[in-house]
Amino acid sequence: MSAEQQAYESTIVMDGETMGATIRRLAQLIAEANPDIEALVILGILRRGRPLAERIAAQIEKMTGRRPAVGSLATTLYRDDFRAGLRRPKVHGETQFDFSLDDRTVLLVDDVLAAGRTIRAALDEVMDYGRPRRIQLACLVDRGGRELPIQADYLGWQVATAPNEWIAVHMKEIDGEDAVLLERRAPTPLRQEGAGG
Amino acid sequence: MSESTQIAWNRKDLTGIEPLSRGEIELILDTAPQFVAVSKRQSGIKKVPLLQGRLVVNWFHEPSTRTRTSFELAAKRLSADTLSITASTSSSVKGETLHDTLANIEAMHSDVIVIRHNCAGAPHILAARHASHIVNAGDGRHEHPTQALLDAFTIREHVRKHTSNPEATLDGVKVAIIGDVEHSRVARSDIWCLNKLGARVCLCGPATLLPMDVERMGVEVTHDLREAIHDADVIYALRIQLERQAKALFPSIREYIRLFRIDSDSLQSAPAHALIMHPGPINRDLELATEVADGPRSVILEQVSNGVAIRMAVMHLLVNSGNKSGS
Repeated sequence: MSAEQQAYESTIVMDGETMGATIRRLAQLIAEANPDIEALVILGILRRGRPLAERIAAQIEKMTGRRPAVGSLATTLYRDDFRAGLRRPKVHGETQFDFSLDDRTVLLVDDVLAAGRTIRAALDEVMDYGRPRRIQLACLVDRGGRELPIQADYLGWQVATAPNEWIAVHMKEIDGEDAVLLERRAPTPLRQEGAGG
Repeated sequence: MSESTQIAWNRKDLTGIEPLSRGEIELILDTAPQFVAVSKRQSGIKKVPLLQGRLVVNWFHEPSTRTRTSFELAAKRLSADTLSITASTSSSVKGETLHDTLANIEAMHSDVIVIRHNCAGAPHILAARHASHIVNAGDGRHEHPTQALLDAFTIREHVRKHTSNPEATLDGVKVAIIGDVEHSRVARSDIWCLNKLGARVCLCGPATLLPMDVERMGVEVTHDLREAIHDADVIYALRIQLERQAKALFPSIREYIRLFRIDSDSLQSAPAHALIMHPGPINRDLELATEVADGPRSVILEQVSNGVAIRMAVMHLLVNSGNKSGS
């Protein structure tokens, strides 16, 4: 694990304070667009979308006095890359929420928007649970590289990344700190990469 | 979370528990909870598209209701197409060989073949020669791997609930398996599975129903029911196969009941938390008393529910991450 990390360099591109302010701004935009908070439910996409969803809900409660219901969406069972053999099944937890999606505004929350395939899977999963009035998407970072026609309704920060770069969001609840990192594969790998890389 | 330590699934087939590593068994168990949740969905659609457009063929050469239904439902909840072939409707009655029948099924582009056969080793022979993913649903007296997996999963869920530790394992858990071990493929797979997971297994029954040298499998053996269950966390009653009683393997059914039946009387020697399990179908009031089978300690119907989730997990792992060329 640590040997693998050494092959990358990473730069902090958003510190904890800026991240807090970005989440507050996202919550404000969401609250303004959804005056009827009772009709709003939030589903955080596992793993880091879940704590992000909790924080957005807490901010909305501070602003409006009402807290939208929050649940988790796994999306694992709806991914399209299993069939292509591109990815080993990796389970981060289960889809969990105890409210109906029928006739509600469902806000999907994820930390990073890239290809858009996770969101495609999330849309299919939500549709299997009911018929929402509308589905919206909030993301902390859009790093580009879309492979499907999907856009965020509420976006914290947009950055174009090169093919050898990606964005890692760290959240206190999971990683012990709040930060957004830009990670880059080192230009000359120090060791020969194995087939499993 | 075990995500970084999670091992990969590299097998084309599930022919038995014996060749699996502890890590592979735990990967299957860890894959199952999300499928339990799919079957429990209150509203919405109780299926996921992981095997959409795949063909799963249930090929049963022995009677079975529970296992066949469970595999069929598991395949359907993964959105696969399913076909059922039973021995009486297949060309085996016309003398066709297993290989020829399977070659014909495969010519219709099957993806998964679930097979039950009265000959031990039949799934292994087919797995070695055919490209489809083969799942053993019971071969002779040899193995019944998905039953062992659903049993281990059911026990683990209860250990985790009982200890309030969501990561608890089966290490040190004592399972007493009571009854006809000799003719039971369930017992054989359970012993391998539970041993690999660190549980202690104790077998109990009349000497004629316990295989010779069974201690070599790493189990304790006793002929005294009270001794077997006094410190057991799980009491697993096996079905007495009455159809074999013609061979008079024990003196009388009355004597078996007196010595080995799990009832409220014999259960007084067992710890209060001990779970009651049975692979089904039950001979009520023979190996298991009705008041116990339907009592608060019984998790027999949970075994059935978990069976669907375990079979979904197995088929998902085989098809979506399995090795396509050889086991």
